[in-house]
Amino acid sequence: MSIIQAQNVKKTYNADTIPVHALNDVTLNVEEGEFTAIVGPSGCGKTTLLNILGGLDDATLGHVEIDGTSITQMSDSDLIDFRLHHIGFVFQAYNLIPVLTTKENVEFIMLLQKQDEKTRDARGMELLTEMGIADKADKRPSELSGGQQQRVAVARALASKPKFVLADEPTANLDSQSTKDLLDIMLRLNEEEGITFVFSTHDQRVIDRAKRIVYLDDGKIVNDVTVKK
Amino acid sequence: MIIKLAWRNIWRNKRRSYLTIGSIMFAVILAVFMRSMQFGSYENMIENSVRFYTGHVQIHQNGYWDDQVIDHSMATDSNLLESLHQIEGVTDVVPRMESFILSAYGTKTRGSLIMGIDPQAEHGLTGLKDKLIEGEYLEMDDSSVLISEGLAKYLKMEVGDTLVLLGQGYHSASAAAIYPVKGIVKFPVKAQNDQSVFLPIPQAQWLFDAPELLTSISLMVDKVGHVAAVTNAVKSQVDLETLEVMDWQELTPELLQAIEIDNLSSKFMLYILYLVIGFGMLGTFMMMTAERQYEFGVMISIGMSRLKMQLVIALEMMMMTFLALFIGIGATLPGLIYLNLNPIKLTGEMAVAAEKQGVEALIKFSLVPEIFLNQAWAIFFMALFLGFYPLRSIQKLKPVKAMRGD
Ligand SMILES: Nc1ncnc2c1ncn2[C@@H]1O[C@H](COP(=O)(O)OP(=O)(O)O)[C@@H](O)[C@H]1O
Ligand SMILES: [Mg+2]
Repeated sequence: MSIIQAQNVKKTYNADTIPVHALNDVTLNVEEGEFTAIVGPSGCGKTTLLNILGGLDDATLGHVEIDGTSITQMSDSDLIDFRLHHIGFVFQAYNLIPVLTTKENVEFIMLLQKQDEKTRDARGMELLTEMGIADKADKRPSELSGGQQQRVAVARALASKPKFVLADEPTANLDSQSTKDLLDIMLRLNEEEGITFVFSTHDQRVIDRAKRIVYLDDGKIVNDVTVKK
Repeated sequence: MIIKLAWRNIWRNKRRSYLTIGSIMFAVILAVFMRSMQFGSYENMIENSVRFYTGHVQIHQNGYWDDQVIDHSMATDSNLLESLHQIEGVTDVVPRMESFILSAYGTKTRGSLIMGIDPQAEHGLTGLKDKLIEGEYLEMDDSSVLISEGLAKYLKMEVGDTLVLLGQGYHSASAAAIYPVKGIVKFPVKAQNDQSVFLPIPQAQWLFDAPELLTSISLMVDKVGHVAAVTNAVKSQVDLETLEVMDWQELTPELLQAIEIDNLSSKFMLYILYLVIGFGMLGTFMMMTAERQYEFGVMISIGMSRLKMQLVIALEMMMMTFLALFIGIGATLPGLIYLNLNPIKLTGEMAVAAEKQGVEALIKFSLVPEIFLNQAWAIFFMALFLGFYPLRSIQKLKPVKAMRGD
């Protein structure tokens, strides 16, 4: 069974003034274990699509199922809770709560899930170690480089043990070394732990490492390629 | 971690938080100080009026208080005075027999208030003995008088001279007597200092041809809070067909009214103060949330419930407010305690003005809990009310919109 099923999704902004058709009849299935890039020029609808897949925004038309559960009709508070338990998010920048330390940021989501302190502490440290930033556990986000911050964001996304991680242009603000490091980590997590990643990008170096590439243009899927490695 | 989060959020913008806390603190300090001084002055006014003259509760013949003439004297017996003493909370029972009469010495005369007193009891209420500046204090069986300093000066009298009293007694009997002056007393209040004559009750009753009669009995009560209970107890003991029982509020309604008017105007000033502070608080509360829209968007996205976020924000607002409140009260309290124990003595013109109004020339400070509680409630409710906007904005926040920055 697909972990994400989006069917005939349409998104129109400003329907009552100057309509912008950001997504036009998008149908997309994502299977468990995929490492999928949503690719296309700026303004083609990548963010809109990821937001709808993640239940952050609702589709004007169409239907989205996550892990067999339809999220299209969910109430706001149910949806927040659903995200907490099923989806990990990494945004382009400023993912972290600035007044919490690196480790607290990672533990925060487990606190929301009402996990006990011992579990939080252990998993928080384990994830930071995995991301290679254990030594930054007690630093505030502002003391970290952009690449380190994004790694903390990935750690936080994984802390909730989600079904998959949605990442909207996670490398857009990073230099090439940090971009490479972050992708190394994401790929390793995908290969060794089977974690599903769906991320958007328009960076060729990132596209080159994806296993499946969904090309989006003007709100439509124009190509969908699975790479054999 | 919620508390940690809220606490750290307060200090994200240190300058703004200091400013907000500082301004609330300033308001609290100002309000507490002002109220303490006002309540102190009210207490002083009541205490003065009660101490210097009326007592907390008075008993007279029905109608006496409205028309204070000697014909409205009441018949009493010693049992009544004794049983009043027995009432719980009563500290002094002060009988009086008073009227107006003409005092004369040499070629001078002046209309005077003549007061027949129980010297011991009177001293207990008004501290009359301490006001003696010349001569000696009265005894119950004396047949002599004390006169006030202003009157003595006007009549050009000294201790040992003989005062002539002339006037009307009970039911128009003629009253005339001569008494040697045993002592001279001095009062801060001019009206009282210019026209007072004291003599023992038996002499007054004889002078006015009113044996066994009194014009009033004043009671002192240990605490203002006990006055109502004492009043009721007295009412149950006396014959209300012939006697009236009044508490200090009824005895001096103009005092109560003056206090209420003053209190109203100062409350109005407080409201304005709070209004100003309130705008500052609202500004801070709004900025605290407005500048964190993106962050809130992230938090809702990753699965933090709106309720929890509201809790954090509410906690931030309350922590700030209460911090200011406690520091404000904490900073003022030692000073107020000191001033409460050491009232400021007025000097010069202010002292004269105060004494003209019949009040001791002191600035007193009150410490009744009400002063502090009222400020605490006011600030708390203001925070609650002003916090409504930020909390509602979180309720309405759309994560995608918040994170797009428009
Ligand atoms: N809230 C919005 N209101 C109006 N138009 C929007 C809004 N969000 C996105 N758009 C428009 O929708 C289109 C797709 O945007 P987006 O999904 O952000 O693209 P991408 O992430 O690929 O750059 C763009 O034309 C954009 O201007
Ligand atoms: Mg985008």
